[in-house]
Amino acid sequence: MIISKADLNNPRWLLNCFAVAVLSLGCWLHPVDAADNDVLFTRDIQPLLAKHCLLCHGVDDSEGGLQLHQSDLATREVDSGHRAIVPGKIEQSELLKRVVSDDPELRMPPDGERLSTGEIQKLSDWIEQGAKWEVHWAYQPLQPASPPSVTDEALVRNEIDRYVIAKLQELDIDPSPEADRPTLIKRLHYDLVGLPPSPAEVRDFVSDTSADAYEKVVRRLLASEHFGERWGRHWLDMARYADSDGYEKDNHRADAWRYRDWVIRAINRDMPFNQFTIEQLAGDLLPNAGVDQRLATAFHRQTLTNTEGGTDQEQWRVAAVMDRTETVGTVWMGLSVGCARCHSHKYDQITHQEYYQLYSYFNNADEVTAEVPKSSSITAEVESEINSIEIELSRRKQELAKSSDQWLPDLRLQAARLATEGVKYHPLDSVVVRGPEGVTFKRLEDGSYLVEGENPETAKYTIEGLTPVDGVSGVRLEVLPDESLSAKGPGRTSHGNFVLNEIRIRASASRDWKDQGQRKLVTATADFSQDGWGVKGAFDGVEGAGKEGTGWAISPKFGYEHTATFALADQLDDGNRNLQIVLSQTYGGQHTIGRFRISAITGRLPGVGMDEEIRNLLVRDQIDDAAMQRLLRYQQDQDTASLKLTDQLSELIKKRDSQLMKVRVIAERQKNPRATHVLKRGEFKQPMEQVQTGTFTTLPTIRPREGKSTTDRLDLARWLVSGDNPIVARVTVNHVWKHLFGVGIVPTVNDFGVRGDAPSHFALLDFLAEHLIASQWSRKQLIETIVLSATYRQSSRHRPELFEVDPNNRWLHRQNRYRVEAEVMRDIALAASGLLSRKIGGPSVFPPIPPSVTDLTYNSGFKWKQSEGEDRYRRGMYTYFKRTAPHPNLITFDCPDSNVTNVKRDRSNTPIGALVTLNNETFVEASQALVQRVFSDESLDNDQARLRQAIELCVARVPTREELADFETLLERSRDWYGEHSDDAKAMVGQRPVESIDVADNAAWVATLRIVLNLDEFITRE
Amino acid sequence: MNSLAEQVLQSQRREFLTTTASGLGGMALGSMLTDDGVLCAQEAVDAPAGSGNPSQYEAKAKACIFIYMAGAPSQLDLFDPKPKLREMHGEKLPKSILDKARFAFIKPDSATLMGSPRKFTKHGESGMEFSDWLPNLGSVADDLLMVRSLHSEEFNHHPGQLMMQCGVSRFGMPTMGSWINYGLGSESKNLPGYVVLTAGRGSSGGATLYQSGFLPSSYGGVLFRNQGEPILNLANPAGLPSELQRAGLDALKSFNQRRYQEVHDPEIASRIASYELANRMQTAAPELIDLSNESQQTLDRYGVGRPEPEKVWRGSLGHLKTYDTFARNCLLARRMVERGVRFINIIHASWDQHSELDFHLQHNAECVDQPIAALIKDLKERGMLDSTMVVWGSEFGRTPLGENRPGRTSNTGRDHHPFAYSMLLAGGGLKGGMTYGKTDEIGWNVEENPVHINDLHATMLSQFGLDHLKLTYRFQGRDFRLTDVGGKVIDDWIA
Repeated sequence: MIISKADLNNPRWLLNCFAVAVLSLGCWLHPVDAADNDVLFTRDIQPLLAKHCLLCHGVDDSEGGLQLHQSDLATREVDSGHRAIVPGKIEQSELLKRVVSDDPELRMPPDGERLSTGEIQKLSDWIEQGAKWEVHWAYQPLQPASPPSVTDEALVRNEIDRYVIAKLQELDIDPSPEADRPTLIKRLHYDLVGLPPSPAEVRDFVSDTSADAYEKVVRRLLASEHFGERWGRHWLDMARYADSDGYEKDNHRADAWRYRDWVIRAINRDMPFNQFTIEQLAGDLLPNAGVDQRLATAFHRQTLTNTEGGTDQEQWRVAAVMDRTETVGTVWMGLSVGCARCHSHKYDQITHQEYYQLYSYFNNADEVTAEVPKSSSITAEVESEINSIEIELSRRKQELAKSSDQWLPDLRLQAARLATEGVKYHPLDSVVVRGPEGVTFKRLEDGSYLVEGENPETAKYTIEGLTPVDGVSGVRLEVLPDESLSAKGPGRTSHGNFVLNEIRIRASASRDWKDQGQRKLVTATADFSQDGWGVKGAFDGVEGAGKEGTGWAISPKFGYEHTATFALADQLDDGNRNLQIVLSQTYGGQHTIGRFRISAITGRLPGVGMDEEIRNLLVRDQIDDAAMQRLLRYQQDQDTASLKLTDQLSELIKKRDSQLMKVRVIAERQKNPRATHVLKRGEFKQPMEQVQTGTFTTLPTIRPREGKSTTDRLDLARWLVSGDNPIVARVTVNHVWKHLFGVGIVPTVNDFGVRGDAPSHFALLDFLAEHLIASQWSRKQLIETIVLSATYRQSSRHRPELFEVDPNNRWLHRQNRYRVEAEVMRDIALAASGLLSRKIGGPSVFPPIPPSVTDLTYNSGFKWKQSEGEDRYRRGMYTYFKRTAPHPNLITFDCPDSNVTNVKRDRSNTPIGALVTLNNETFVEASQALVQRVFSDESLDNDQARLRQAIELCVARVPTREELADFETLLERSRDWYGEHSDDAKAMVGQRPVESIDVADNAAWVATLRIVLNLDEFITRE
Repeated sequence: MNSLAEQVLQSQRREFLTTTASGLGGMALGSMLTDDGVLCAQEAVDAPAGSGNPSQYEAKAKACIFIYMAGAPSQLDLFDPKPKLREMHGEKLPKSILDKARFAFIKPDSATLMGSPRKFTKHGESGMEFSDWLPNLGSVADDLLMVRSLHSEEFNHHPGQLMMQCGVSRFGMPTMGSWINYGLGSESKNLPGYVVLTAGRGSSGGATLYQSGFLPSSYGGVLFRNQGEPILNLANPAGLPSELQRAGLDALKSFNQRRYQEVHDPEIASRIASYELANRMQTAAPELIDLSNESQQTLDRYGVGRPEPEKVWRGSLGHLKTYDTFARNCLLARRMVERGVRFINIIHASWDQHSELDFHLQHNAECVDQPIAALIKDLKERGMLDSTMVVWGSEFGRTPLGENRPGRTSNTGRDHHPFAYSMLLAGGGLKGGMTYGKTDEIGWNVEENPVHINDLHATMLSQFGLDHLKLTYRFQGRDFRLTDVGGKVIDDWIA
């Protein structure tokens, strides 16, 4: 004991002592399974060092050579020749001398708040007991201990209860009794699907005498598709999901909802949490990543995007990468790594460098788009059709393989007949050229035609002539420059371009074209084509004006000769030597040809008729297996039955692709990967030393997968959920627990670090973490285990007699009672009134919103187009979320702003909220609909029965006589009023009248049931 | 207050006292209790947490009217005359500055300095200088504290606006009004403690400029609409008279009280109290915005009902009647202070003059000059100025360089300039007639007495009796404050 009397007489010291005692009582009210008078490093010493010492003697700074964040450093000899801590030897430990010294040269800390007597005592005891450096509880490996025994086994439903009841026993508290059945079913419905049970469901459960009545409700709800919505929304808070970019422009993100659908579906199918993690953080890097895996990476595309003018894009890219880094820290590790962005974390031993190691995993995760199906289920149908056609195709192929004796001789004959001579070009004789009125064609010496006279907007040239030879296989069109054309041509625009929208070729023995159809062209080549105006556009059957059309053009290569060759599908039969060639030029703006020459082609043009390869195979004497396979494929391409199937297949693929949409996702950068540097004070323009990917030394080592020398994002994701990483399982079960009790086993769900709260039930936390891992990371199994416990089933009634012992219900002597979330406020009102659309997934919707809300943002291009029909009544989680102007009904009830990850919502209780449920359009409409619902039930034939039913629809229990009386009084008073005020009555009934009663009575009912929708019990999960 | 609520408050208080440091600091405790008028803040701070060092500052201000000019007004054309800049008009930026500068839009190679054509005159006994566009503010010069040496780090509007409102440019942080209400609670029984008024088009920051961040949402600013219903959902549903609203609330209270007797959850009592305040607001808020009992002289002085100037530039949204609305907001702000509202944020966003600065800035200056001057005179005459702090400011200032966006032949605007800019304060125990800080001869950098936004906030808080180092909230493992990791109180400003 080295605290001096003088210290104890100093009033400031005493005050500090008192303050710290109060503070530590709050923070460490209940230790991690240790006797209260032991000194525990993580509980008593580490926070103290963090508070007073580590700023100058920590990870970043080592004043006087001293660092106190690690055992070996703290106990070695420093510059002064002393040792700050000598384990077991308080007299030799310089640290203790310094913290009590009043000598300004020696005292520590040199300025600021001194250590309290209590703190000094702790420090002294700790050194005396050997100065053991322990790892902070959250970083320690999972420590499964066998569940404690309890005296009254009847209280135990499963393992969870042993941990909870054992602690209550210590404190001499009895657990609360099980809640009554109506409360239990309402609680389960609110927690698992976010919707109230129907009166029939309540009655069934209340009257179900089977032993597993409760289990049946749990199983039904876990299987409900609304489960994915409810728990998906919890996840979307963490994913900072929104439908817009954020920042100044806050542009619309048309594809954001697709990721929301992914989350709902994954949770409904109980995708294991490890897979859920890996796909979202690194789905793109998985071997054979499918569309769903790529879509999952949209998790990290929910970051904000700044498109404000004048921004430095690199600054905002870095900001997004930091957000991704910090989100991973918060969501999976419960650590506020953000502090280490600018400097090493004083408390949680995350260094500045480690921050950028983690950052490095995301520094090359680029923002890209991927094509994904609009809906996973519709696509599945089409996929199965595609599948069956592919099976038929392969069956047909087998048939062809077996019947080669029928088709092979034909092919051999065709091959033998094929001409082998080369390509020759032949000028046409007896040529006549016609064009639009006023346009003239001057034949030049080289056989080309110069177009003169009028220069119309569009033109059609018809060229007729005679070929000197038989067997024409195609046509060549040369467009030529000429000095007389502006910009030297070859087109007639001022800049020299033209567009050949379509070429049409006919052939006949005479010059009679009447019965001559257009000859089919198969391919075309050109020496040059303008971008987007390829020569194949000149025989696709599409003309069109301007950009509507397709065709061949040559910008920017004006003033040069260009050649296009068009190949006929079948060479012309002998005698068909008369050709008619139409050059249709419909683009407009005088995009017509200024000088041209036409030639006929004989010989085999590339890409036409039987491939050279096939012909060579067919003319061989012997056809081996390999050749046979190739010929079979060729024959399949000619086979009518196969072609029909192929057409169907391509239709289906088109159908599937038309149901694709582009979604913002993440993909690893391939070219020029960025090197990651530590950024000085987090400033993107101040890079310091380079770092490699890596995680925190306080956690298990991350290793690259086989065949790689460094770790990447996929390794990181796998490392998080490897099961060896203790903190991730703990954080994850704590999130789930929080959604089922309103508060986590670690109350600071976002801070598992040294400064966060310790778990109330450490062993229970680890039991659940082990359970999660052992159940293959099944979210549903974990939830089932928790809700089946007696602890969960307790009544939430407050127990005033325990106010002093357990004021915040830290020891779970009862369930908790709290208001439902913003979205669920809406959902339950719509559900009780019968208005709710139960449609799952799809794009966001636009329920009514006050115009002043959307008017307030800068981007005037955005319009809130109110949804009609079913979409007006969708669940709150589908309401369009614009970051700079979120729906006020959501924000008023603490829906997070989605700018950063959120793992813990507030539950405010404000007059502004009261005004929403009292007066807002959505809630008034719900009360009108609730009246209709009650009156549509013909079994209800009096006021009391109807009131009882309405209350039951909302609070899932039968009201007492007194409770009913309050509402009967209100109903009567309302009748009095509306009996005399018919205009008010009409307004109150709105668009939802009940036909069987008069308007005054109807209005009185609306005014009354509106209050039922405001009951605390209705909006509270009990 | 009914006996149930009292009983619950007692129990809540007891609960707080036993769990003081489990998450909420002494300040939070103070505000939660003062919300219900049980304790005054200082008492709460001193009593239970025992930090042993209450703020050394005397609480002079009770309310703050923050007039926020989003977009960044040009200080060089309003407050900070630069004859040398005018001499150098058309010259290039000195190389010593150019090499270090960073711009949002300006192309530095071709940029040239742009002097202000404005005429500056000295006003009042203090001789404070204003440009000829602010004659009315000039008339209250001796009540104003003009700061010419403010600086920020943020170049772009939204981050800059967050910096000004939250003391840090990150998302998710509480705004000034939230912090002050968190520290002191509200004095009004019938109105929210933090109100936001807007005129003209909204700011680019939207709701983030009056969010409560990680503080409970009851500390967020409540946006009053500038027309019609002042608070969303304030009016009863169509066809529901106030008699039936009351009868409905009675039935609700009765049912909820029964539930309370059954389950003893104090949150039920808070809910009853919220519904009661909501109902009081339904009466108080319309009374607040009803200006019929203000004299015509007062209305005229503020400029309520002023016509919008006829010549309105394309896109300047003349249909929103900004002149009238802004005047009305200034008058409403005074009425709110009278009714105990703690923090009023008046947002006016149209000050981003990258081009055609002369036209737009004059239009805006005329819009705000008369109402603000009227507000200060009015507060003073009513003896309210000492306890009401009025602040006029923005996220940053504008460059001494003319702006040369590609395709523009002449410089008619200025770019964003966070390195040195000006703002005004009045009342709340601050000195009047003082011009503080100095910029260099072209107005590029601060030369004397630099004031960071964190310093501004620290000083503002001090006038409310709040120590910026002690007004903290634990979130994700860190004690956050309005002044982030900076801030020093500027004693020179304090009267």
